[in-house]
Amino acid sequence: MHTSHDPAFLRGMTQSRSITRRDAFRVAGLSAAGLALAACGVQGKKVDAPKADAVADYWSSKKKNGTLRFANWPLYIDKDGKDYPSLDMFTADTGIKVTYQEAIQDNTTFFGKIQPLLAANNDIGFDLMVMTNGLQLSKAIALGYLVPLDHSKLPNFAANAAQKVKNPTWDPGNVHTIPWTVGLTGIAYNPKYVDEVTSIEDLWNPKYKGKVGMMLDTQEVANFGMFSLGVDPEKSTEADWRKAGEKLRQQRDAGLVRKYYENDYVDALVRGDVWITMAWSGDIFQQVAEGKDLKFVVPAEGGTIWTDNMCIPKTAQNPVDALTLMDYVYQPKIATMLVEYINYITPVPATRELVLADAAKAKGDDKASLEQIAKSPLIFPSDADMAKLRSYKTLTTAEEKVFESIFQPVTQG
Amino acid sequence: MKRLAPYLLILPGGLWLVIFLVVPMVFMASVSTQQGDVVNGFVQTFDFSVYGDALAQYQTQFLRSAGYGLVATVISVALAYPMAYWIAFKGGSRKSTYLLLVLLPFFVSFVLRTVSWKFLLADDGMLLGPLKATGLVPGDFHVLQTTVAVIGGLVYNYLPFMILPIYVALERVDPRVVEAAQDLYAARRQAFTKVVLPLSLPGVFAGVLMTFVPMTADYVNAGILGGPENTMIGNIIQTQYLVNNDYPTAAALSFTLMAAMLVGIFAYAKALGTENVLEAAAR
Repeated sequence: MHTSHDPAFLRGMTQSRSITRRDAFRVAGLSAAGLALAACGVQGKKVDAPKADAVADYWSSKKKNGTLRFANWPLYIDKDGKDYPSLDMFTADTGIKVTYQEAIQDNTTFFGKIQPLLAANNDIGFDLMVMTNGLQLSKAIALGYLVPLDHSKLPNFAANAAQKVKNPTWDPGNVHTIPWTVGLTGIAYNPKYVDEVTSIEDLWNPKYKGKVGMMLDTQEVANFGMFSLGVDPEKSTEADWRKAGEKLRQQRDAGLVRKYYENDYVDALVRGDVWITMAWSGDIFQQVAEGKDLKFVVPAEGGTIWTDNMCIPKTAQNPVDALTLMDYVYQPKIATMLVEYINYITPVPATRELVLADAAKAKGDDKASLEQIAKSPLIFPSDADMAKLRSYKTLTTAEEKVFESIFQPVTQG
Repeated sequence: MKRLAPYLLILPGGLWLVIFLVVPMVFMASVSTQQGDVVNGFVQTFDFSVYGDALAQYQTQFLRSAGYGLVATVISVALAYPMAYWIAFKGGSRKSTYLLLVLLPFFVSFVLRTVSWKFLLADDGMLLGPLKATGLVPGDFHVLQTTVAVIGGLVYNYLPFMILPIYVALERVDPRVVEAAQDLYAARRQAFTKVVLPLSLPGVFAGVLMTFVPMTADYVNAGILGGPENTMIGNIIQTQYLVNNDYPTAAALSFTLMAAMLVGIFAYAKALGTENVLEAAAR
């Protein structure tokens, strides 16, 4: 039953999730463009902040239905052939059957698909979904697309979640979201071509002309521009953005940047098309576990921490069942099953001991991989690394326009 | 009843076009003159300044797209014509096999075919790796993320759309016409330039129409094979729709692109002496 003896566990470590995401994104992009088009006439309006009794109002009439439709990212849950052991356990314990779909390839496309449906108050086909903190999640909250959570039904979250994932700036008090998993944006490099990297300045090093990868996502790339200037992105102002934009433009105009990547930087790094690149921690961890010689660092100037959050869309048909699962995965036992597969930072710190316990019981390759997970600073970051991490700035729609108008011309010249 | 028949025949296809083409276009035209954002909603203002702004802001990408489309179309004609000629006149009984081979790439998804270029052309990959090892090309030479890669990808992906119409036009050239030309003392070369080429021009025209338009609007090749200097207008439109949710600007860019392409196509038709564009394309 448990994942440490499970071949699916190793398989999870040896599959590259980036290929799935990227390819599916391209195809999804085509159809989503059509949907976005059809969406144009049905724009929602901003809603008032939820009233004090909004939680009670919403939940009082809702019942458990014994079924749940869950939209998540590819390779974001433990898997054994066609089964999901943690979800099977959930069904056995609660009687709720889960239809699990890897429906989300990236935030923008996914939001582009569900936005018109939610604006028109239609079922999006999911009761639970996972969205990264950022522009789309902020829009979803501002537009009233997410159900306010009943925290009296989330005792495991209250007891087991790390303090630092509670009460985030983008959703104060966890009113609409609780984390599924957390990740880092830092620098990855290929030691075959590049000596040790410690600083963001290395992304501006003329030695690596044409071999530097940056991210296309404006918030990600803007953060790194700001880190290089010693600015904390969360507290940044328009003047900081302009300076950061200028700095990023210099990097681009000097011919340093090979490409602004979506999800496909991992392949480019492995193949040697880029030598040093902005990267997400889990992607690199998986490549290393697969035996590739790559390194990931949180630069001295800072790195970005982001959270993929569980949330319930307002048109959910089975909200009680969704809330039950949200709390269920906060049991350390279940969170351990998840982190051993997902390889990103878990919001449940107690899992580290359990992973080590699993490692003690395991043999051979399984033991080595589990120890690697428990010791990895990418999955259990040190306090020193944590201190260097910053989040995205929460932007209003007006700010977003200015922000995009500064950074998009850099990445899309 | 007899008088109604043509209208009944046009009804299914006509309705299809009205619902899935005309209605969204009208919708999009309306969106392009709205103002607002996703959170606060959009208001119809009939403000056309968005067109000027979008054009001013993205003229580089417009010109680049047109340039890429033009170069890729010319290369496609140069590659496709001899191939179509050979299949039509020398293909013999194997013609259908050769046509199948031309179409074969379509059995694999467009995106996958484009992504596979990345593996072929990787900096230290199976093509460039050995060349660099033997010193035939300099160590920092690369193909991916260059203009050459993007135009190459465009030509590769749309070439069959050029070959097929040219083949159809050449196939319809009666060999007896060529014989007649030779009977009238035309050299082989003259027979080609004075007889075969003019007769096949409608095919070339249709091919150009079928490749230039999608190539110019393409965003996949620039996205996968291009670098920071290769962004095409399709990528901008995609970003405006899906990332910024700035539907008015995206709609305005789409309409501007369509208008620019229509003007280009009619100018081309005029230069070629094909008065009725649609008729030529249909032939």
